[in-house]
Parts: sequence; C-alpha cells; structure tokens
Amino acid sequence: MGGLQKKKFERGSATNYITRNKARKKLQLSLPDFRRLCILKGIYPHEPKHKKKVNKGSTAQRTFYMLKDIRFLMHEPIVGKFRDYKVFVRKLKKAYGKTEWSAVERLRENKPTYKLDHIIKERYPAFIDALRDIDDALCMCFLFSTFARTGKCHVQTIQLCRRLTVEWMNFVIASRGLRKVFLSIKGIYYQAEVMGQLITWLVPYQFAHDHPTDVDYRVMATFTELYTTLLGFVNFRLYHSLNLLYPPKLDGKAMSELKEEDEDDYAMNSECYLEKLSALSASLSRVVSATEEEDAELDQFPVEGMEAREREQKQQEAQKKLFEGLKFYLNREVPRESLAFVIRCFGGEVSWDKSVCIGSKYEVTDETITHHIVDRPNVDKQYINRYYIQPQWVYDCVNAKIRLPVEDYFLGVTLPPHLSPFVEEKEGDYVPPEKLKIMALQRGEKPANEQEEDEEEEEDDDEDDEEEEEEEEDDGGNDEEEETEEQNLKTMQEQSSQGKSLQVKVTPGKVTVENKARLEQEEKAEEKRLAIMMMKRKEKYLFDKIMFGKKRKIREANKLAAKRKAHDDAEKSKKKKARK
Amino acid sequence: PEEDEDLSDSEDSVYSGLEDSGSDSEEDEEDGFFNVPGDVFHAVLNHYSGFCWVFLPTRLPRFFSKDMLMCPFLVLQDIRNTVGNIPMEWYRDFPHIGYDLDGKKIYKPIRNKDELDDFLDKMENPDYWRTVHDNQTGSVIVLSDEQVELVNRLQRGQFGDINFNEYQPSVEYFSSDVMIHPVTNRPEDKRSFIPSLVEKEKVSKLVHAIKMGWIKPRRVEDNSRGTFYDLWASEDSSILSKHRMHLPAPKIPLPGHNESYNPPPEYLFTDEERALWEQQDPSDRKLPYVPMKFSSLRQVPAFPRFIHERFERCLDLYLCPRQRKMRVNVNPEDLIPKLPKPKDLQPFPTVQSLVYRGHSSLIRSISVSPSGQWLASGSDDGTVRIWEVCSSRCMKTIQVGGAVKTVTWNPNPAVCLLAVALNSVVLILSPALADRQVVSSSERLLLGDQEAEAAEDTGAVWSEAEGEELNQGIRLKVHHPKAVHQVVWHAKGDYLASVMPDNSSHLQVLIHQLSRRRSQNPFRRNKGLVQCVSFHPVRPYFFVATQRSVRIYNLVKQEMTKKLQANSKWISSMAFYPVCGSVSLTVLIVLITCHLICRHHKKAVRGVAYHRVYPLFASASDDGSVIVCHGTVYNDLLQNPLIVPVKVLRGHVMTHDLGVLDVTFHPTQPWVFSSGADNTIRLFT
Repeated sequence: MGGLQKKKFERGSATNYITRNKARKKLQLSLPDFRRLCILKGIYPHEPKHKKKVNKGSTAQRTFYMLKDIRFLMHEPIVGKFRDYKVFVRKLKKAYGKTEWSAVERLRENKPTYKLDHIIKERYPAFIDALRDIDDALCMCFLFSTFARTGKCHVQTIQLCRRLTVEWMNFVIASRGLRKVFLSIKGIYYQAEVMGQLITWLVPYQFAHDHPTDVDYRVMATFTELYTTLLGFVNFRLYHSLNLLYPPKLDGKAMSELKEEDEDDYAMNSECYLEKLSALSASLSRVVSATEEEDAELDQFPVEGMEAREREQKQQEAQKKLFEGLKFYLNREVPRESLAFVIRCFGGEVSWDKSVCIGSKYEVTDETITHHIVDRPNVDKQYINRYYIQPQWVYDCVNAKIRLPVEDYFLGVTLPPHLSPFVEEKEGDYVPPEKLKIMALQRGEKPANEQEEDEEEEEDDDEDDEEEEEEEEDDGGNDEEEETEEQNLKTMQEQSSQGKSLQVKVTPGKVTVENKARLEQEEKAEEKRLAIMMMKRKEKYLFDKIMFGKKRKIREANKLAAKRKAHDDAEKSKKKKARK
Repeated sequence: PEEDEDLSDSEDSVYSGLEDSGSDSEEDEEDGFFNVPGDVFHAVLNHYSGFCWVFLPTRLPRFFSKDMLMCPFLVLQDIRNTVGNIPMEWYRDFPHIGYDLDGKKIYKPIRNKDELDDFLDKMENPDYWRTVHDNQTGSVIVLSDEQVELVNRLQRGQFGDINFNEYQPSVEYFSSDVMIHPVTNRPEDKRSFIPSLVEKEKVSKLVHAIKMGWIKPRRVEDNSRGTFYDLWASEDSSILSKHRMHLPAPKIPLPGHNESYNPPPEYLFTDEERALWEQQDPSDRKLPYVPMKFSSLRQVPAFPRFIHERFERCLDLYLCPRQRKMRVNVNPEDLIPKLPKPKDLQPFPTVQSLVYRGHSSLIRSISVSPSGQWLASGSDDGTVRIWEVCSSRCMKTIQVGGAVKTVTWNPNPAVCLLAVALNSVVLILSPALADRQVVSSSERLLLGDQEAEAAEDTGAVWSEAEGEELNQGIRLKVHHPKAVHQVVWHAKGDYLASVMPDNSSHLQVLIHQLSRRRSQNPFRRNKGLVQCVSFHPVRPYFFVATQRSVRIYNLVKQEMTKKLQANSKWISSMAFYPVCGSVSLTVLIVLITCHLICRHHKKAVRGVAYHRVYPLFASASDDGSVIVCHGTVYNDLLQNPLIVPVKVLRGHVMTHDLGVLDVTFHPTQPWVFSSGADNTIRLFT
C-alpha cells in the first residue's frame, strides 16, 4: 500500500560496519600497510551484534571494522606517507634496474619517513592514559632490547629499545616505585607504582633467543615502532616530573668516580655512556640539585578509613627503605641487572666484580659488605662479617615488604618456595602454608616460632610415641569401666539364677536434647532448597552457574590442600626413615 | 687426442678474429702482460698430462732471446715453415707441410708416431717430458733446461727474463710538483676558456627537473625520530571527548603461584596431570605451560615460547574484536525469590506416618473414598485392595485377574462404588464398606433399567458379574474393544469416562452412563493420542488431554470451548483446582500445574493432585519424591497465582527406574497418599 518498499541492508547495522577487504580498498592500501595503520592507530575489529544482518545475509566468517573507524583512518597523514613509500620503492627499483646509481643515491637520501608523535598524542590524550597502557610497551621493549644485534630487526631499533628500557629502570630507581618482583619460569615480572598506576612488565632471562619461524616479525616491529615512541615520551615526562635531566645524566660525583676507572678497555666512548647508565649503580643528576626530597606537608583531611590508609602509607615508606644501609655484593653468576635494579630500588648499595660490568663501586674485599649474593653450592673464600645468601632472598624480601630471616637462604640450603606476590587470596581460596608464615612474620610475630616449629617437628617422633602411650593408657581406663559393668551384670545374673528378686531400678531416661540450632539450620536449608525450586528459569540458570563456579573453586582449593598434605606426609616419612 | 684438442683450440682462437690484426693485438696484449721487451713467447700450456706443449709461432727468430737462439738444437735445424699462421690441417692430404726459407717443401716425417710409439717413448725416453712436437715443421723439439725454466717462470706468472727487476723505483713524470718546463708545448684550446655547452644542457635539465619538482633538493638530515619532548604539555579535553568509545585493551592476567620458578610442591603436576596436559589440545589446556621447579635461580632456562606469547599478545591487540562486557556481580542469595515461609502456610503434609504394605507388585493407582475412610489401590499383581486409612489395615482384597490400571471411587458420597480399569474391561465394584443405606442405594443404581441396546458404534458390552466375582463385590463389567488405560467418574456419580489410547482410530474415549448401562463415543474424529480425560467437578465441561494439548468441551452445547497448548513434552495427568470459578481460572491452574511439573522434578511426572479444601497440590514423579506446593490464587486475574513449594516428601524406594506412580489427597484432611513402584502406599500427614 503505502510508500516504497524498504530495501534490505541499506540502513541500520549493515551500514555501520565494513569488512576488512572493503576498508582496505577504501583506503587504497595493501594488506600489510593496512595492518600497520591499524596497529599504529589502535583500530581493532568489532564484533557486530547481529552478524548475519551486517554480513548481508551471509554467514561466512568475516572481520568487521566500524565504518567510523575507517573514516577516521582516512584522514591520517601517515596514509599519505605509506603511499609515498610505495612510490619510493618503485622508483628505487627502477633506478636499480637502470643502474642509475646517482638516482639511487638521490632517492635514498629522500626516503620518506614519518613520525608517530601526533598518533601518540591522539591515542593517549592525557598522560595518565599513556601510563595505563605502558605495560605492553615495556614488555615489548624489554624483549627487543635482548635481541641480538643481527638479523631479526634493525640495530637502531634494538639500541633504542635498550636505551629506553635503561632509562625506565633508572627512573624507577630514582622514584623508588618498585612494588613487587616475581621470578617466574617465563622471566622476571616487575610491578611498579608510577603516579598511582600499577605497571607490570615482564623481562626475559638473559639468554640468546631461539627465533621461532612462525612469528611475523613485521607485526612485532610495527608495534615496537609505536611503543618506542610512546615509551620515549613517557620517559621524558616522568623524568621531568622528578626534576631529573632527560636524556639522563649521571650524577657528577658518580661520573667522576666512574671516570677514574680505566674505561678505555671496556667500551668505546660512544657506547660507554649507555653502558654506565645500564649498570644502574649510579644515581642520576637533577635539574635542581635538591639536597633531599622535600615532601610538602600535606594537609590532613579527616576521611573515613584514614588510619588504614595512613598505615598503608607508612608500610610503603618502610618498604621503600627496605635495603637502606645494606651493602650487597653480587657474585658473577647471579643475574646482575635484575638484582642491581631491585636492590637499588629499595635503597641498597650494590657492587660486583669489575670484569662483569662497568660501574662496580667496591671490591669483594670490602669489609663493610653485609650481604654477598651467591648462586652456587659454596664459596671458597668466605668473609666472616657478611651473609652469603641466594638471590631469592632479595626478591622474597621485596614481596614480603620486610627483611626475611636469612637462615633459609644460606648457601646450599633448600630454598623455601617462591610465591607469586600478585595472588591475593580471597575468602575460601587456598593459601599455601608458606604464605601464612610470611603473613605471620609481617604481623610481627616472632620468627622464633618457626624455629620452634622445626624443633617440634623434630620432636614429633618422641611426642608421637608419648601419645601412643597415652592412648594405651586411655584404653586401659576404658577397659576398667567395662570391667566394672561386666561385673555388675555378672552379679545380677547370679542373683537371678539364685531366684532372688532382682533389684529393679527405674532410672530416669535422658531427654535427648534436640539440637535447636541444628534443627533451625536444617529448616533454613530446606526452605532455601524449596525457594530455589521456585526460581525463574533464567535466574535459575545464572544461579546454577554461579554455584557451579563456587563449587569448582572449593574443589580446586581442596585438591591443592590434599596434594600438599600428601607431599608433607611423604617428606616426613622420608625424614623419619633417614633418621632411623 | 689431447694433442688434437690443443690444436683445435689454438686454431680456433686464430680463426675467430681477423688474421693479422688478431695476432697483432694478441701480441700487444701479451707484450703488456708479460712486459718482456722484444721477445714474446706464444705458448699454450697443457696441464692435463703434466707436460707442456709449446707451439712455436711462425716468426720464430724474433721471439727468442739471443741466448736461446744460441742453443745448438735450434741452430742446427733451421727449418722454418713459411706457410704462415694457417690451420695446419690444410696440409693433411699432402706429403709435405709447407715450405722452408728456400722455397723447398718440408716433408712430413715418413712415419707418424702412433699411440704405441708414443707410449713406448713415454716409458723409455727420459726426455719425453720436455719433448715438444712442432706442428708446423713436423719435427720434435726437446726443450733445453733454460727453456724449461722459462716455461716454468711464465707458468708461475713471472717475468721471462730472470734479470728483469720488476720493483725498480719509478720515475713520476706527472706529479703534483710543478716543473719549470711544461710537459707539452701545446697552446691551450679555445674550449678551455668558454663554458661547455654539454654541461650547460645538463645543468639546465637539472634545473628544470628541480623546478618541476621531479628532483627534490637534498633533505636536511632529520634526527628528530629519537628525540622526545613533553608531548602532554597542553592537555586539551577536546580530543578526549572524541574518543569516548575507545575500549582500552585488557591487561595480561598476572601470574599465579604455579608460574614461579620454585613453586610450592602442591602446584606441580602429578604424573597423571602431566599426562592429561600432554594429551589435551593446546586450546583446551587450563595452563599454557607445565609448572616446573628449579632448585636455584641459575638453573632456570629461557622460556621457549616467550616470543610466541608476546606475538600472540600483539595479535590480540590488533586483531581481536573488543566488546564491553558487564560482568554480572550477583550475589547468588539475591537471586533466590523471597517466598512466604512454609511454616506460615501450614497445614500441609510433612512426615510419613503410615505405610500400607500388602501388594506384591507396583501400585499403579490409588483412590480415596469421598468419606475419607477408605483407600482403594490397584496393582500390577492383579488385585484391588481396600484399606482403612487410619489403621492401614487391608479390609478387602479383590482378585480381578489382570494388572489394574486405574481405580477410582465414585465421588458421590451417596453411593459406594469403585471403578476399576484393567486390560480391556472396566469393572464396577461395590465394596460394601459403608452403612447399609449407602450400600443399598449403590446397588439400586447398579440395577438401573437394563436397556441392553448395545451401542452399535462403541463396541462396549455390558455384562453382570456372576458367582465368585459377585461375592467379591464385582457387580458390572464393561468390555471394551481395546485396552483401557483410565477411567474417570463424573461428579454426580452416574457417568464415567474411559480412555483407550489409540493413535489410529477415533474410538478413544467412551462415556458410560451407569444407571442406564449405556455407552457412547463422544468424538467423531481422532485428534491425537488421548492421554487422559476428566470431568469438571461442577460445570458441564469435559477435558481431554492429548500429548501436547488439552481440549475443553462443553457437554451441554456439545462443542469445543478451548484448546490449551502445554509447554511440557508430555501431559500424563490432569487435576483441578477446586475453586469453582470461571473456566479461565481453571484453565490457568491446569497450565501452571504443567509448568511447575517441568521444573521441579528431575524426572518424568507421574501424577498430580489437588486438595479439595486446602490450597495444596502435590505432584509425584519418577525420582521418588512427592512435592507438595501451596498455591494461592488471587481474585483479580491479573496477578499471577503465588505458588510456594512447601515440602519435598521422600519415602519411596526407586525400583525399576520408577518412583512414585500415583498421588492423591485425602478429601478432608491435609494428608497425601502416594503409591510407588516399591509395592507400598505411603501416607504423609
């Protein structure tokens, strides 16, 4: 009757999305270029709600982008640069083909380049946004900085990554922002608090990489391109927020100290500076040579939970000074960079052998060294007035926020398990006993308990024996009672057999006390069960799902606990056997 | 053969170029190369056999230095061929090979050496290695020591002349030092004073290209890539508003204890867990890695999948569709509906108080007499038992000779009759368990007027019981053409309906009138497999339940009033809410009953029952439980009836995968009876 027939797929969600291929054609870019643009601009595909409608009735698998996003990409100046680059490559090829070397040279000189500054600013309009997204950038830069200088990517990129990561680490040291460290099988996780943001990054262990073949390094390189720019700007801003010079300069004093050493035989002059920076042993010079950090006295506002916050702050302050006054010496087999970074972050002094790295401050022979970190079964020459400990101690101390007793970490000792500081156990979760121990230590309970426990364990055998004896005694007592009863019965029988009238006694029966609380509980449980029956189907589904999740969690916790118990029992029995 | 090859080689090279100029240029080159003043030795060296063949060129005298010419061998045989530099094979067919200086023929040697000679020569002649065959003269030349030395030197790339000093201090004629005299005395050209036209052309071309933008001037080296500045110096909120829709990528989940290099022992895999992990598909695994324990930090190896994981993260960042998902953070307790407490809804049956034992097979059906005193039960063991409700005493056992499908008391309290359905017979029993008046009235009803006009289309045959059966109380038998599944009384007690489920015929339901012993088939057409039928307790409605729907017929108007679709898979029984309101209300309740049944029980529902007085209904199911619900129906129909399950009654034991088979309420008390597959009837009060 009325009006024109509505055509399908001309309005609504079908017009809001665009497939990847169409988007590519619209932008007139090749697929790799499109990919690069998406990475740089942070455009990701969207999953439409009604896929079939968007796909014009077809159910084929397609990637959809928002049309708005693609329009947004069209105005990007970098797209022009991509096209320029394409032309440049074509021209260069032609010049090569014609062996016009002067043309080649001229083209080379005019190779189109682009900058990502505006993209960074666009993607992260506020500095805090950039900080929030810095995790991946750090991980990537740390990975690239460990690549060999040959092969997979440009040397400049690797050097830039190295420079930026070193700057970052120096900043964290200067701000004392490190909070947690975790030695995992993948690498070392660090978590730092920078301007109120928790930033976590993962650094691989120092090994040569076995480059996989099924990884597209172009994608990674594009990400790195973006991330290095981002990290550079973030570093700049962070350094300035602490009144540090950027690019970082070592403290004048430290500089002169370092100068004394014969640096010629270590590295070339150009490389030397970065090396010294990456040694992480010297502090950075400031714009304003403030004698001490002067924290402006903050006005106190009475807010709820103020005390808790204050306590937390105090704890944090204490953590920042965890290693203050301690002098560490790193043996050559321990991961120098990681340890130096962590120790310096908490105010400790650290040094190493001169031949390991530039920037060592004192020798092994220094009498004032308090902790010597060693990762081998034993050391030939030991000095008396220092602890020889394994590297895990440092990390565990950081995570526990207190100086843990060193006894468990001596050379050749089986280390206590290294726990993840990122796990926060909730109600009902499984908590490993080591964590409980550390928590007790944090609360200020004496570590002596532990020793006692050990002793107790040692004495367990004796106690067990004693207990057994006691049990036997108990059994004896029971027997006696039974005997008396039996005797009574016997006498009664005898009496009955003798024909005497029994002394029949009516003893008042005991009222079986109904456990009221329990009954009530049962009633409530029943009520609940009945109410659950009456739930609507949708809610029931949700409820069942939640309950299933809860039950699974409990099951897993129980499983872990059982495993632990079995393990402990096995250990104990082994110990016993060994003793016998 | 080697010789021949060499020959052809040399000849080819000669052939290829123009004769004279070619040889000249060759000489020149060699001149330059060897730098031997005067003498050039034209040689082809053969390395194959360790010998060197030296081919002496035609102009021999010029080539050898004086001391060489001094050698007696050459002086004695001054045979020179004058044919020039031609392929010697042209002389193949002639006895001579050319002409000497005097114009006389040079004859070939009389007998050519064959291979055997050559071999013998090689074996015997000590000078064989320095023997050279001269192609042009056909003679054999034995090289002297000096000549051999010369050849060796040339082979080594040295100068032929031993005395030549190749490292003489050179005199630089053209040096940076300006000498007094010019090298040449030539006056400068004019072109050295005027600008070059070619260059001008070139420059103008370049200028034009620059003007047109084809050539860009060299760019200033841009070093700004690695330099950073305060990008966020001025934060304007205008851009912020543009990107409200941006979803930041979720962060990587933080590692747990099991990722530690030295985890607590409980986090390590046991052998089974490890085997399971290895079996699983990588996408199914809970952990993407195997937890490992190392006794010290130095033993920790590199993680082999590190780059992979980072790459996967990259892919996630730019390829994964993002969506904001509201995580439902619901307290499960809040989801449970707030219902009135069962305590407040009492009375309802709560405890099992009596068990009626006696049947030897599963009890299909039970029914309570309208007075509430008697309970009749029909079992698969072929008996109908009548029990006293209060004492659980079996008052009567009636052998009916077949598995009993249904027993029902006549709902009319004025008569005491029992209808029993078994096989293809419906029996009317008069148990005689009431006061005399009632018994007699029921007998009277059975007598009726015996119109024996057997309905032609129904096929039902009425007959009276005799003998032993009569003693047991069986009064009437109605033989049906097919197996009867259910029999239902009308509230008045005169009519009863029987169901013979059969998918293929329209003869599924029969309505019998007791007083007139008449049967009739109410339906002309087959509307599906009839499951059960029932009469409305008060109004003239008749309900027929097929598998998926319930049809309501008005008996007075003889038409279908309504058809109800149930959402359950299979309607097996029906029951009515006793409130005698409008039809719609009743319908509502029926529907709700179906609905509830689906949800509460875990297995198929066998029976439902409403209490006549209390707002209770019970449902029995194969899972061995009876659920008693309290249903409140509000007067305004807009409000949904409130149904509260108040008790789950358990007691029956599951046998043969069957639990409770039938359930009924006591007519006056809040008691519920249930019969089960475990041969018992249970009373819950």
